[in-house]
Amino acid sequence: MGEQSFLRGGHPRGRGDFLERLLRGLLDAMDHAADAERLAAGPGLLQRLDPRIKTFGLLALVVTAVFVKSLVALALLFACATALALASRITLRRLAGQVWIGVLVFTGALAVPAIVLVPGDAVAVVPLLDWTITRQGLRGAAFLIGRAQTAATFALLVILTTPWPQVLKALRSLGVPLILVAILGMTHRYIFVLLESSVQLFEAKRSRVMGPLPGPQRRRLAMASVVVLLERSLQLATDVHLAMIARGYRGEVHLLDELRTRPRDWLALAGLLSIAAVAIGWSWLPAIGDRG
Amino acid sequence: MQAAAAHPQTAAAFELVDVHYAYQDIPALNGVSLRIPAGQCIALLGANGSGKSTLLRLLAALCFPDRGHLAAFGEDLSDERMQQEALAYAFRRRVGLVFQNPDVQLFNPTVFDELAFGPLQLGWTREEILRCVDAMLTEFSLANLKHRSPHRLSGGEKKRVALACVLITRPEVLLLDEPTAALDPRSQGEVVRFLAGCRGSGRTVVTATHNLDIVAEIADYCFVLQAGRLVAQGTSTDILGDGALLRATQLLHAHWHVHADGLAHTHDHRHHVAAGEPL
Repeated sequence: MGEQSFLRGGHPRGRGDFLERLLRGLLDAMDHAADAERLAAGPGLLQRLDPRIKTFGLLALVVTAVFVKSLVALALLFACATALALASRITLRRLAGQVWIGVLVFTGALAVPAIVLVPGDAVAVVPLLDWTITRQGLRGAAFLIGRAQTAATFALLVILTTPWPQVLKALRSLGVPLILVAILGMTHRYIFVLLESSVQLFEAKRSRVMGPLPGPQRRRLAMASVVVLLERSLQLATDVHLAMIARGYRGEVHLLDELRTRPRDWLALAGLLSIAAVAIGWSWLPAIGDRG
Repeated sequence: MQAAAAHPQTAAAFELVDVHYAYQDIPALNGVSLRIPAGQCIALLGANGSGKSTLLRLLAALCFPDRGHLAAFGEDLSDERMQQEALAYAFRRRVGLVFQNPDVQLFNPTVFDELAFGPLQLGWTREEILRCVDAMLTEFSLANLKHRSPHRLSGGEKKRVALACVLITRPEVLLLDEPTAALDPRSQGEVVRFLAGCRGSGRTVVTATHNLDIVAEIADYCFVLQAGRLVAQGTSTDILGDGALLRATQLLHAHWHVHADGLAHTHDHRHHVAAGEPL
């Protein structure tokens, strides 16, 4: 599909028409995925760790971020996530693009009303609207956004620094049931099947559309395409699954290099768990913690 | 021709008795009975929609008859039986299927991973996998594509990878669905040369095709399907020589055109040029 796609390699920028922008978005998504695979296979601090240790340690930090009761501790966790990302050659630009902006938009939409809706000590008043911003509201919003950002950053670190089959193997090693791991594996594969089907479908449509389409026609086209796309990708996904079964796939994850834990992995786990312990401890120290 | 079975004295790789299969309400196979002897190269012939691909999927134990009896290597094949780990392992080890659309079959990030996938599922050792992958990469001239994404290869390269990733497990039975479809003449030639080389090698090869130009080279015996029914069987020479049968099963059609001398002619027309020969 790649070489046949005339938009591949370069993906021209600019507004373009509806189909062109849609195609560009789909191709960008596939490029993102290919980039992520390259990053996971490349050098970096987290890339060198045993996937099981890394997954366990980072998931422990995700859980800590969700339950921590101190903004300072949350900030510490966030700083650690960012430092680990940089040490693993993940740029701040990528983090911002893939997690921070998206999480800020979604959790911000939930958190902003809380600033004025939660009763408490007044901090300021919104001019013209006369709404009171409270300290408790601000604190609640900061916790919501901070927790979501930190947890999502740690989760992204697992995904970006570990080839997907190793993530699945690590999940199996940590006792996640086979059926769940198989579903995760198939979901990951089918996302690409869906993306590829989408690109083919929209390229075919684009080749038959003359000039820009008016708004209602664009929407009709998009809606009609969704149904066709779903049917096609379902068929293709079924065929891919059959092809896997034909080659002996039974749901279990097999890797060429069996996972091996070395002293540095245990050291890294101790480091990650220490960070989690410090963050939790901070919340329970009344003198320096900022529990509210 | 219908009555004769292919080499009745040889042990059967597959045996189907009155097999029916339907996709929901749409019948795909309708009372098919046939016997595929071990070690033979067989062609399944039929126009589009005749049931060839469905029959291959049944032979690969990817789906099972709604009615009728299907056996492989003398053992019954059914969904329940294929749930047994040992039987499934033994069967997948012995039977390999190359799909018509290589994109369906290539789902790993690199060509290397693609080739290693089957052996990994079958529990081979790391050393054995590395050795066999290297050997297949060399044999199929894929060494320079080892780290490439299969989805970004040309059609011919994809087909070679698809074939290699099935052959790496050295199956006794090779099932191929339209192996020359959508390939350029050179790639077609490579596939046909490989299949021709399988004749007499002891490997059972079942090729579904409607490309009559390759049949004589790749098959000892043919089964002809039409609308889900087995309508004829015989040696490649017998089947290819029966123009009426080929026209009736839409493998051949009368082609009408006007020559430079102004006279109109009709003659039998095949859609494909001979594999490997210039257009």
